[in-house]
Amino acid sequence: MALYPLPLAMASYALGVALLLTIPLVSDSHTMAIVNLIGLAAIGAIGLNILTGYTGQVSLGHGAFMMVGAYTAAILSARYGMPFWVGLPAGGAVAAAVGTFFGIPSLRIKGLYLAIATLAAQFIIEWCINHIPWISGGVQSTIYVPTPAFLGWEINTEYRRYFMILPVFMLAYVAAQNLVRSRVGRAFIAIRDRDVAAEIIGVDVFKYKLLAFAVSSFYAGVAGALWTYYLKIANYEHFILSTSISYLAMVIIGGLGSVLGSVFGATFITLLPIVLVYVVEGIASLFGFTYFAIADFLANLRLIIFGGLIILFLAIEPEGLYRMWGNIKRYFRFWPFSY
Amino acid sequence: MAFFLDLTVNGLLIGCMYALVALGFVLIYKATSVINFAQGDLVMFGGYIAAAGLSLYHLPLWVAAPIALLLMLVLGFAVERGILRPLIGQPVVSVVMVTIGLALVFQGLAAMVWGAATINVPLPIPFQPFILWEIFISPINLVAAGLCVGFLVGFVYFFRRSRMGIAMRAVADDQQSAMSVGINVRIVFALSWAIAGLASGIGGIVWGNMLGVDTHLSLVGLKVFPAVILGGLDSVPGAILGGLIVGAVESVAAGYIDPYVGGGTKDFAPFIIMILALMIRPYGFFGREIIERV
Repeated sequence: MALYPLPLAMASYALGVALLLTIPLVSDSHTMAIVNLIGLAAIGAIGLNILTGYTGQVSLGHGAFMMVGAYTAAILSARYGMPFWVGLPAGGAVAAAVGTFFGIPSLRIKGLYLAIATLAAQFIIEWCINHIPWISGGVQSTIYVPTPAFLGWEINTEYRRYFMILPVFMLAYVAAQNLVRSRVGRAFIAIRDRDVAAEIIGVDVFKYKLLAFAVSSFYAGVAGALWTYYLKIANYEHFILSTSISYLAMVIIGGLGSVLGSVFGATFITLLPIVLVYVVEGIASLFGFTYFAIADFLANLRLIIFGGLIILFLAIEPEGLYRMWGNIKRYFRFWPFSY
Repeated sequence: MAFFLDLTVNGLLIGCMYALVALGFVLIYKATSVINFAQGDLVMFGGYIAAAGLSLYHLPLWVAAPIALLLMLVLGFAVERGILRPLIGQPVVSVVMVTIGLALVFQGLAAMVWGAATINVPLPIPFQPFILWEIFISPINLVAAGLCVGFLVGFVYFFRRSRMGIAMRAVADDQQSAMSVGINVRIVFALSWAIAGLASGIGGIVWGNMLGVDTHLSLVGLKVFPAVILGGLDSVPGAILGGLIVGAVESVAAGYIDPYVGGGTKDFAPFIIMILALMIRPYGFFGREIIERV
């Protein structure tokens, strides 16, 4: 509660929760699926933002850590019959262990070098999961997972999946907000801003760098495990290098060093291809093309727009959507004066 | 023994091509401190332009290749000018992300313009391998290695002797002092990108001949990272040595390990070596020891 000291902030927080709870009342199954995808992405993006935005350590291996969580959950559920509320934290824990291991190079290197080291983590983890039959489960590295159930309720519709994802998301969000304003979070920020100075004022840089990797990959693992329960399948193709890049794009477009920004970024990047399909389809149908005729064109256009937006955002608003949101809020607070 | 030699020699020949791409990468990093994740995509783009000229428009080689190289030169120049210059002074993650964004744009653009199907780069080189002391060598590998070595030698000569090369070295060494003695740093930045584009163009042509050109060709760029980490991010001889090592390592590892694990070692072994290198000697063989330690 102390997180939102002002009555207005409390009210907006309550409003946010109320909005999240009303979504299923007003949307159809298709919309729910999109909302669920956003929720899944947001959990992963918050995790990466703790590492990259708050601690300043670039990671190109986030997808791989999600993959670890996904396969952990899948193995536990499919082979050992564990319920999903065991697989979820277990996925997070195993991913955290693996992530911390790959964070060890960060003690000696940073910046560009760390980006490349985490790139290596992405390839090494992907290769291991693909080439160890016990993990990958044989054919095409795919593990099928039984429908998760909670207290006898099969989680088999988009509405029910929403209520599987929503509590995890809210927990992840509040936990991250609390973390970053605690002693630990301030240590992260100190390391990001100037690691040498952080050490001088008594921050144990070794410990906190690894901790950032652990927390971030725990989030990634939980997100990956949720993906598995959501799709009822674990497959490495959902967590390849381009996934890692997407998550990095989410935190950058959303706003580095902002938990709410991660949610904005996740929403933006998830919605982008969907909106693009509608727009291009609409334009194409004006000229009498069918969807299949433009499918290839659309895939390429998606890449170009995605890449172009990243470049554009960094050139125009490097602080991302969160900053834009802040600008809008400020505008209304000071209206009718500009400042 | 013959098997090992065979793997090593062929690996080294491929390594020459990695060295070429790594050179482009190092050049950009040295001059502008930008780590270019789009290096592989520049190679792909070069391959596409050459392949389009030769296979789609049926131009003769002596027209298509120079056009491709010239376009790549201009492209490198344009990228620096249009996209990276506004980002000077931004944090590392932004610059990394911009080059990744650039890579995505290149991939989408190339596939949109020239289609997703694989196109060949037909070069007048025989396909049949010949045997030299029990070692199978395919002529294209030899020609590619020759081209790369030629370019590298030419570049090193330019870098050491020419006026512009000396200016480039001065900027890499210390930007402010270079500015104060009247070197135009902007031109040096642009030139670095242009030469990197040129190197990628050559890489694209020979690689396109070996593998065929489609968007997967950009994956060769990923091998650049182990190469430059091994050699040192800011060292030209390091890039060459690193490229050779990566070529040899992936070839030998693939030859001996692949039969047991069912493939994929090629893409994985260089990164293992790289992680080890990062832990033991993060600045590589020839890199400057200026990595900040905490």
